[in-house]
Amino acid sequence: MLTPADLGAIWLTLKLAGVTTLLLLLIGTPIAWWLARTRSWWKGPVGAVVALPIVLPPTVLGFYLLLLMGPNGPVGRFTEWAGIGLLPFSFGGLVVASVFYSMPFVVQPIQNAFEAIGDGPLEAAATLRASPLDAFFSVAVPLARPGFLTATILGFAHTVGEFGVVLMIGGNIPDKTRVVSVLIYDHVEALEYAQAHVLAGGMVVFAFLVLLALYLLNPTGRKRR
Amino acid sequence: MSIRARFQLSYPGFSLDVDLDLPGSGVTALFGQSGCGKTTLLRCMAGLERGAGRLDVNGEAWQDDSRFVPTHQRPLGYVFQDARLFAHLDVARNLDYGRRRTASADSLRRDPIVDLLGLGPLLDRMPARLSGGEQQRVAIARALLTSPRLLLMDEPLASLDHARKQEFLPWLERLRDELDIPLIYVSHAPDEVARLADHIVVMEAGRAVAQGPLAETLARIDLPIKLGEDAGAVFAASVAERDAEWHLARVEFDGGELWVRDSGVPVGREVRVRVLARDVSIANSRHDDVSIMNLLPATVVAHAAEDHPSQVLVQLRVGSTLLLGRLTRRSAQRLDLAPGREVWVQIKAVALIG
Repeated sequence: MLTPADLGAIWLTLKLAGVTTLLLLLIGTPIAWWLARTRSWWKGPVGAVVALPIVLPPTVLGFYLLLLMGPNGPVGRFTEWAGIGLLPFSFGGLVVASVFYSMPFVVQPIQNAFEAIGDGPLEAAATLRASPLDAFFSVAVPLARPGFLTATILGFAHTVGEFGVVLMIGGNIPDKTRVVSVLIYDHVEALEYAQAHVLAGGMVVFAFLVLLALYLLNPTGRKRR
Repeated sequence: MSIRARFQLSYPGFSLDVDLDLPGSGVTALFGQSGCGKTTLLRCMAGLERGAGRLDVNGEAWQDDSRFVPTHQRPLGYVFQDARLFAHLDVARNLDYGRRRTASADSLRRDPIVDLLGLGPLLDRMPARLSGGEQQRVAIARALLTSPRLLLMDEPLASLDHARKQEFLPWLERLRDELDIPLIYVSHAPDEVARLADHIVVMEAGRAVAQGPLAETLARIDLPIKLGEDAGAVFAASVAERDAEWHLARVEFDGGELWVRDSGVPVGREVRVRVLARDVSIANSRHDDVSIMNLLPATVVAHAAEDHPSQVLVQLRVGSTLLLGRLTRRSAQRLDLAPGREVWVQIKAVALIG
């Protein structure tokens, strides 16, 4: 039922989503912490930039990333100078693009969780001799666990579901940049509806399970104690 | 041994400006109405709020012009109004949180404090499954286990209902009597202050308007804030006799003796007695044909107007103890209660507190 091409695309998709989610948790957590705690004027502009991918068409994001990372863009010149080569049409390029594209879906749940904790527990930790960094890891992170779970699930799922950015930045190279969503497009173009059904149906089931998990993890309405 | 605190801090619509010299031991109450700045002052002392000024605690500078020791490096314990237990840790881990982070080599053992506050049966519970009073007891134990050299409490009873409060107060008294840590206690409740404090700072609009030993300060009639129904004197006494037939106890104080309800306190025990101004009436001669048991000869010291124009507050001396009595201005004039006049006070109710 699944051809080697399908399996390759599925593996590539999972790898991309996994790496992206991991990077986003590392990069997004400090950003979320800063956004949740700061009283700086910059909170608004930074928050808006992080949220841009929610409203921008993926093609716009992909277009500018392509220009930035291309041979004439500043990022492209840097990567060439550093000996990494050019990022577009490579797995690395997809990762960079996905990190930007999925950023709000990771940063916002974590930021909300940090904001919900408030100053109280952190002040209590300080009066119990915990340094700010200590209190962050021993109090803020454990208390924000539901936020981290939501962020992980949403970041992963959103990366699995991206299409426009991948097409702009990575094209359609089998086993390098051809992810499931792009392959479905190829199948449909080639009128291979049966193949398209298998992958598309799989995506529907995947999306449903992800959202189900989210609702089970974060029940709303009744407070869980 | 003393705590010197000087802070200036202002927000829109509020400013704090205090310069205090507090005793370095015993219980000091920061007393005043909501919004008077007592919590802000406490937070400044903890370093949770950064005001200009200086703070010396028994010889150690925690803050001055050039230095601001961050909260986590100050050897203090802080009990918040809302307990603030860590929701993701059970009681035992909450207790260990600060204890494990305390550098002192003779890090306190957990058991004595757990016993002192009766927490044994609660150790494996999560905070969400504790009552308000239990949470506050855990919060106090958690603070004590860091071996603090100064204990700060911000209305730890405010979130408890009356019954829980009565249940909780004896724990605080035990703490006061068994531990030798200076305690600064924020409260707006005169009964708590009367029961727990040795020293009082009265605050209003960000300023300390009166301060001194509890008995002396509460008996002042020139306090800038009116205590109304809660005005009254607090003084020390000892139980001298218990009358089994009438279920009464006789307590002796510096100036006389009083009969009170026998609450089971053994003979010889030191107690605190509180006599509210509204329970004191004054006569020019001794009357034995009234129901009131406690009649004492006294001298009028001074009087002051009350908020309501019909009332006056009279300060009286019985031996070396000061009492307050509240009566109508008309009665005061009819009895000619000028300072120095010898009178009889009739005390309708006396409360043994702690």
